[in-house]
Amino acid sequence: MTKKLFSLLSILLIAAFALAACATTDTAAPSAAEPAAADTGAETSTSGGEVYYLNFKPEVSEIYDEIAKAYKEETGVTLKVVTAASGTYEQTLKSEIAKSDAPVLFQINGPRGYANWADYCADLKDTELYQHLSDKTLAVTVGDGVYGIPYVVEGYGIIYNNAIMDKYFALDGAKATSTAEINNFATLKAVVEDMTAKKDELGIKGVFSSTSLKPGEDWRWQTHLANVPIFYEIRDNNLDIKDTEAFREIKFQYSDNFKNIFDLYINNSTVEPTLLGSKSVDDSMAEFALGQSAMVQNGNWAWGQISGVDGNVVQAEDVKFLPIYTGVSGEENQSISVGTENFFAINSQASPEKQKLAADFIYWLYSSDTGKAFVTNDLKFIAPFDTFTEEEKPTDPLAKSLLSYMSNTDLYNVAWDFVVFPSQTFKDNFGGALLQYAQGTMQWDDVKQLMIEQWKIEANK
Amino acid sequence: MQKMAKKYYAFFTLPTMIAFVIAFLIPFILGIYLSFTKFTTVTNSQWVGLSNYIHAFTDDKNFLNAIIFTAKFALVSVVLINIFAFTLALLLTRTIKGTNIFRTVFFMPNLIGGIVLGYIWQLIINGILINFGVDITYSATYGFWGLVVLMNWQMVGYMMIIYIAGIQGISSELIEAAEIDGANSWQILKSITIPLVMPAVTICTFLTVTNSFKLFDQNLALTAGAPARSSSMIALDIFNTFYGSMGYEGVGQAKAVMFFLVVASIVLLQLRYSRSKETEI
Repeated sequence: MTKKLFSLLSILLIAAFALAACATTDTAAPSAAEPAAADTGAETSTSGGEVYYLNFKPEVSEIYDEIAKAYKEETGVTLKVVTAASGTYEQTLKSEIAKSDAPVLFQINGPRGYANWADYCADLKDTELYQHLSDKTLAVTVGDGVYGIPYVVEGYGIIYNNAIMDKYFALDGAKATSTAEINNFATLKAVVEDMTAKKDELGIKGVFSSTSLKPGEDWRWQTHLANVPIFYEIRDNNLDIKDTEAFREIKFQYSDNFKNIFDLYINNSTVEPTLLGSKSVDDSMAEFALGQSAMVQNGNWAWGQISGVDGNVVQAEDVKFLPIYTGVSGEENQSISVGTENFFAINSQASPEKQKLAADFIYWLYSSDTGKAFVTNDLKFIAPFDTFTEEEKPTDPLAKSLLSYMSNTDLYNVAWDFVVFPSQTFKDNFGGALLQYAQGTMQWDDVKQLMIEQWKIEANK
Repeated sequence: MQKMAKKYYAFFTLPTMIAFVIAFLIPFILGIYLSFTKFTTVTNSQWVGLSNYIHAFTDDKNFLNAIIFTAKFALVSVVLINIFAFTLALLLTRTIKGTNIFRTVFFMPNLIGGIVLGYIWQLIINGILINFGVDITYSATYGFWGLVVLMNWQMVGYMMIIYIAGIQGISSELIEAAEIDGANSWQILKSITIPLVMPAVTICTFLTVTNSFKLFDQNLALTAGAPARSSSMIALDIFNTFYGSMGYEGVGQAKAVMFFLVVASIVLLQLRYSRSKETEI
């Protein structure tokens, strides 16, 4: 009898354990997905109504606490902000949106994101904020409907430390005399390789910060860097990124160009290519901030990270962008990559009153003086709305460099076409292949093949 | 009194039953149901029949690889953990100085969370591998043995405690009698100690088998499946399927149901086998 009871109990136990494992993937997911939950204004009453915003950017979660306070004071409406931990936005959204108290304001990352969340995206055509969007083509639109309003313009490229570059240009036999001369891949390669040869004189460990290929930390390569060849492929074939059907398959025809720059990154780095699997973005940015490397690929959001490193030796005036050259003909006129993957969307399944409150909040944030001050000075967003004057722009060095590239009309922008990348699984698998390539366990042709195949599989799921 | 209890047993078990239904039965049934549907949020699902189960195997080899990797891992770690734990228990039930301190020391790793342990061991293992110019993501073999070491370090202490309890439960008269009969210490171990701690062996193998199969956070923190998912175990693969591509939640769920069936049947077999080895006095 006791034996039977015991085995019965044991079965129940494993059942419970195994289910706990699958339960975390269905109903109980929020507990795992809310580590960075910042539940602001929970203690205050909800007399004036509540806006629940699911925030994508962990780096600004604290600023939203301040914004919530200010918004409550001015309008009496409670702003509840929950921030998804880095890389977990989609999964947090999946579990949060199933709740009765679902986010009213959330974000999608472009046409692909809209395709995923179409059932939940309200038409924002009549919102006040959309009327003020300076460039209406930036919005996510289908037919007449507007389903996502971009709320920040960002840019990325190769960030360099001018102090180290000047030191190099002053050396005998330097391959260039200023960064202005670096306007194509050949020059960049010559300079970088010469700098690697003279790294002891320059006092650096490597030209590029480590190419972080740790799983989950590889978005700079499998997304941002991969955007460059895809951008050229789209340009050559005249594809429309809003047309999902056009992206069931790709050719990756500029894969050699991707290889060019990727090889340059991993072979002229602070660490051996075989050690990249344990490097995170933080490691990479810290190396740059401590002056151990002269260049790092990242975006203007990285300034906070660079200046926040203890013992950082990089001067604000020395930090600038360089476009990511990959050896495509005519790239002398290529600019850095400016765009956005952040679009406000309003939950169409929330009550109309709640939707109205959310629309009011985003309009307040981007039009009132208090809101605009937060956007410019604290969030440090370059806002794409005509409510902002020329003076109301962030003043950190990377934003300045970005703005100067944006205003240079001689250069063409590398659009953020990675918003058409099929899924996180695709990106992860491609990142995994890049790591194996760096470690020397995979040939480039196989990496290329895998990228094409994975794209096809994921885009047709 | 007895009659009263019989009459009202339904009433008294009600709170537990409600808790059981809410926290276990409903999610379980919902989980099985969802594995036959296509869904993004659990409240919004469409019936698709068996297609999720087919996709789990036909789309890529990740799931199959994860099953094989996990099975190998479970086999190796169950054997090693139980051998180490039993040896330690034998040593620490002797009258040597400081047994309590040692027991505490060996038990301590069990109190640290899997994610933290994973990162710590990642640092240690990379610290060694860096001398050879590689790191743990270089090959799935490194990840495998890294996980085995980590799991041993974490579980041995806990299993040791169970074995100690089992060994201490053996009456000293039996051992004394055996000694008087002229049995040497190997014979005592083989014919008295081991048969009598079989109940503890049952529990320990049960716990190690289930824990090895369900391993998630240690796997995530140590390798996260690198290189290219070849070191990801079943739980991590389910997680990645579920969250990795939109519309694949159902496939993840189907994998989870299969995972449950596999673990449940293995554990049932294991229980039946080791129960049959138990002797009662």
